[in-house]
Amino acid sequence: MSPRLRWRKFVSGFMLTMTGVCAMVAVSVLFLILGYLAVHGGTSVNWNFFTKLPVPVGETGGGMANAILGSAKMLLLATLFGVPIGFFGAIYLAEFSSGSIAFVVRYAADLLNGVPSIVIGIFAYSLVVHPFRQYSTLAGGFALGLMMIPITLRSTEEFLRGVPNPLREAAMALGASKWKTIATVIVPAAYRGILTAVLLAFARVAGETAPLLFTALGNQFWSPGWTHPTASLPVMIYTYALAPYDDWHRQAWAAGLVLLVLILVINIVARAILSRGIAVPRS
Amino acid sequence: MATTTTIVPSAGPVAGSRSFLSRLREGDEIARMFTFLFAASVVLITVLLVFELWQGSVLSRHKFGFNFFRTSVWDPIFEQFGALPFIYGTLVTAAIALLIAVPLGIGAAIFLAELAPARVSDTLEFFIDLLAAVPSVIYGVLGIFIVVPLMRQYVQPALKLSLGFLPLFQGPAYGVGFLTAGVVLAIMVIPYIISVSREVLLSVPRDQREAALSLGATRWESTWKVVVPFARAGIFGSIFLALARALGETMAVTMVVGNTPMISSSLLSPGYSIAAVIANEFTEATGQLHTQSLIELGLVLFILTFILNGFARLLIVATSKRGSGMGHV
Repeated sequence: MSPRLRWRKFVSGFMLTMTGVCAMVAVSVLFLILGYLAVHGGTSVNWNFFTKLPVPVGETGGGMANAILGSAKMLLLATLFGVPIGFFGAIYLAEFSSGSIAFVVRYAADLLNGVPSIVIGIFAYSLVVHPFRQYSTLAGGFALGLMMIPITLRSTEEFLRGVPNPLREAAMALGASKWKTIATVIVPAAYRGILTAVLLAFARVAGETAPLLFTALGNQFWSPGWTHPTASLPVMIYTYALAPYDDWHRQAWAAGLVLLVLILVINIVARAILSRGIAVPRS
Repeated sequence: MATTTTIVPSAGPVAGSRSFLSRLREGDEIARMFTFLFAASVVLITVLLVFELWQGSVLSRHKFGFNFFRTSVWDPIFEQFGALPFIYGTLVTAAIALLIAVPLGIGAAIFLAELAPARVSDTLEFFIDLLAAVPSVIYGVLGIFIVVPLMRQYVQPALKLSLGFLPLFQGPAYGVGFLTAGVVLAIMVIPYIISVSREVLLSVPRDQREAALSLGATRWESTWKVVVPFARAGIFGSIFLALARALGETMAVTMVVGNTPMISSSLLSPGYSIAAVIANEFTEATGQLHTQSLIELGLVLFILTFILNGFARLLIVATSKRGSGMGHV
């Protein structure tokens, strides 16, 4: 082996090892995050955390029950608002649309998907908060719902398009009308994919903080109804982590752990549903 | 990326021969209209978003004009608003993030696409996807409690000791600042670079690799001189995507950047970013002009990410088409 070749082989081996190191470093971040959260927040995740209100500085104990409920309410609103638009819009794109309209809709969805979440917050503020002069659960849910639309729309369309054409033709050959074909054949065939899309969209917005800062604001107490400022888990993490109290830091770690576990579990479930599906491309 | 070929029957032979009325009776027209409303509302929302940003910043745009981007006084009391420090901070933190994330991300993507066996690659990609799902506020918490102390005690003193003669690494080590924000941002955007780059690298046809290897190239030479250039556009796309993320990122940056509107040549000094100032001041904005200036900052952010995302998408689509197109030849 000439020295030149030996050098080239050395470079090859070295660089390929380095790429492996890069991959390991990148993946290890996930376990570092989980580990840190578990160590620092694990002890504070207890029954009180889920059932008690936050306590004033200096008192120990207390929890984030109001924030958990607030987040749940806003996520419910977001799902009710974002998923239908994404779902039916996707049906239009995949089954009914003609070229130019579909292009515009897709373009708008991609644009919306790329908007920084803080800008979504400004939009929701000027549309819902400003006219009523009231921070509210409603406004927070609206902001989160906006972010769910493009994710649901684009992936649902992808999965509807993945349904093989012979299925459509078979249904129509039996005399089914188009909407009946869609409702009874196409959507059921793609439902795993659609469910995955919805779950991923849900997980994505569940951790969003920036759009809630000036729509839902925050609240140290329960938020009755839908038209009052409300606490939410991500915003609580933010304010508690920045506060100068050790006790609050512990709560922030705990809330972070709860939120992250929730989001990761939804992600894993979504992917598990998809991997058992049939006849749908993984986009 | 490659979707299975689907020809969507816009109006099949059966549907086409029926009259509008009979289609209406069977509900097809109603279904079409109904779903169209939802699709149209997506467009409407997007247009409304742009309109609100434009309309909401009208006062500030008229009063300051282009000076908004050139002056660096941000004074709510005297109603003087110049956004330069925020724009500077946004660009500097994003640049640091890319400097760290691009080599690491592309390296990892090469490993996943070229070296790792399929099962290992898929498993690691699964973890990378989970990493991409971690909310930014959690990166912020880790930034405050882990990265900032590390920076203050070890990294920044070491940098000052070794490279302190450069203007980049001078001044006291606060822990928070441009560098820290850049590092946290880098950690956040690496998953995006890896996922997309892996995808485009995988779409490079096998023949390309085989041809290079058969000419006597080593594994690395075939990867670096043939496969990576082939996928170049898509990899750039992933970088633009990451850049757009980094520019628009709010929570993690707000928590570690120091929130001081300063333009400093030192990366160790605290700074501010566009998204961070919106997050911090929006609810407490004192006057209409203050609010409108913040909305104008939102508009700037929107335009920046809009351009970058569009560019990224073009590059990624072009590459994966090129890959899958030639693979079948």
